[in-house]
Amino acid sequence: MAEQATGLTAEGFDFIPMDRAMTAEKIDRPALSFRQDAWRRLKKNKGALVSFWILIIVFLFAFLSVPYANPKTTSHQDVMQQNLPPKLPGNIPGLRGETVVDGEKIDAYADAGLPKDVYHPFGTDEFGRDLFKRVLYGTRVSLEVALIAALIDLVIGITFGMISGWMGGRVDLVMQRIIEIVSSIPNLVVFVLLILIMKPGMFSIALGIALTSWVTMARLVRADVLSAKEQDYISAARTLGSSSWWIGLKHLLPNMSSTIIVQLMFTIPSAIFFEALLSYMGLGIPVPMASLGTLLNDGQKVFQFYPYQLIIPAIVLSVIMIAFNLLGDGLRDAFDPRTRD
Amino acid sequence: MFKYVMKRLGIIVFTLILIISATFFLMKLMPGSPLANAERLSGDQQRLIEAQYGLDKPLLVQYWNYLVNALHLDFGTSFQFQGQPVSTLIAQRIGPSAQLGIQAIVFGVIAGIGLGAAAAVRRNTKTDTALSILAVLGISVPSFVVAALLQYYIGLKLDWLPIAGWEGFAYTILPTIALGLQPLAISARFIRTEMVEVMGSDYIELARAKGLSRSEIVWKHALRNSLIPLVTLIGPMAVNLMTGSIVIEQIFTIPGIGSQFVNSILTNDYPVIMGTTIVYSMMLMVVLLITDVVYGLIDPRIRLAD
Repeated sequence: MAEQATGLTAEGFDFIPMDRAMTAEKIDRPALSFRQDAWRRLKKNKGALVSFWILIIVFLFAFLSVPYANPKTTSHQDVMQQNLPPKLPGNIPGLRGETVVDGEKIDAYADAGLPKDVYHPFGTDEFGRDLFKRVLYGTRVSLEVALIAALIDLVIGITFGMISGWMGGRVDLVMQRIIEIVSSIPNLVVFVLLILIMKPGMFSIALGIALTSWVTMARLVRADVLSAKEQDYISAARTLGSSSWWIGLKHLLPNMSSTIIVQLMFTIPSAIFFEALLSYMGLGIPVPMASLGTLLNDGQKVFQFYPYQLIIPAIVLSVIMIAFNLLGDGLRDAFDPRTRD
Repeated sequence: MFKYVMKRLGIIVFTLILIISATFFLMKLMPGSPLANAERLSGDQQRLIEAQYGLDKPLLVQYWNYLVNALHLDFGTSFQFQGQPVSTLIAQRIGPSAQLGIQAIVFGVIAGIGLGAAAAVRRNTKTDTALSILAVLGISVPSFVVAALLQYYIGLKLDWLPIAGWEGFAYTILPTIALGLQPLAISARFIRTEMVEVMGSDYIELARAKGLSRSEIVWKHALRNSLIPLVTLIGPMAVNLMTGSIVIEQIFTIPGIGSQFVNSILTNDYPVIMGTTIVYSMMLMVVLLITDVVYGLIDPRIRLAD
């Protein structure tokens, strides 16, 4: 009866050897670590990937050009070569070193009586300094300021956020009030006050930027600590007798790395922005040095006659800012397991 | 709600006292004398001038006087403009700054809402891509770079609008665009994300099932619900705007408090620096409080914690 109802007979079944059962269950895609997984997702985001490579190139150019573009070579002045437009070898339109005088195009290089093999890819400024070298140097200074600021921001923000989140209770309450107060002081005010009492320079600007931007980092870190602290692995570590310091360094910090990296990708461009803003207003990097902001400031003064002196630093600054923002967005999506596909 | 507002006001006053104290003592630490050509004045003359500005009293007395006066919006008299009270100087110049700030945020937010909604409705089309590129540009490119480029191309090359100055509405257009581009980009991006989410929700499905037209769904249902969280962004936007406006005012030579602030720093005019700092902080905190309260009022789902 039972055989008729199901239509199944003993002959219909096969013995499956043990090893075949194993292979059927096997996961044959390679196990990806968190980092590999994030990288795989980042690679799918074209904008972020392009930005990543652009930033690598910008960093390489800025930091490998030290022998070529340093304070010594960038401050080399030459009265014969004032305000020359960009010129490159080869007959590229717009890069022939031509200026328009009375509606006529003339070769500014020949006009200045220069030999044929003198080239300035970005032109020169009012003192005859090569703008290409100055932009390379200025980019390096801007990036250095931003990186120092990011480092200080990282240290203050993470320490503050971790202590606040981990301790909880009254400590947390007081620390949160401090954050509220600090964040309601306009950041420009902090910069200005700091720059007034300290000597203007790379470090004071970086410190000013860090002192105003650590609040966001501290908030994010605190939120992460608050949620992580309730999880079992932390209780386990506690039960096993780990000290708070050990748990913080060995367990919490690695678990928050994605939040921190993403936040850094937004801190760095905002530091670059503020440095440029301060230098642009004449409150930033002091004169013998140059940054993208001071280059913009110089360019602004003569933009009616020599627009390239304004436009070139403006483009470099904008490209760096856009690349950081796109990479930051891409990393945020890549690190977020919810966007996993 | 009342309790919440009172608590926030308390924090504001406390923060203000802190800022006033910090600026006061930092200014005292600062190098450089406020007296021009101090080395040419005799000791008696210097003392006379110091007595005139109350700089001869003990530090704590100076501090207490300053604190009490500052809370009454009296910041003393300017060093640079003889006998001019700082509060008058600020009051004279706050008009253009406020006008520029309000114009920029209104232009930015309204244009941003329009563009964000357009991008959400035409999701994954060329319009959407173009608008998202515009948003990235608007968020990344600093306002003073935009300002300089606008000045060059629209002011100088095309000669459509005045390059700088403050003599009528035409003069406000370029600075407004330069300053409003970031709020525009931020709100466009925000509205797009919100709208995309709202458009996929059940009540939009229901509205469609009822047979409402597309424009009715977009305007009456989707956009309205996307707008509420935008209020929270207005506060941070206003903060950025204040920072940005300082340099924008300089670029376009607008007689606002931002350009005055920069001038006072360059000329060591301490009372003006301190006064402007305090006024900026006050405005910032009030704006943040207002946005929080407005958010609580328009979204019944949010209960402000007492």
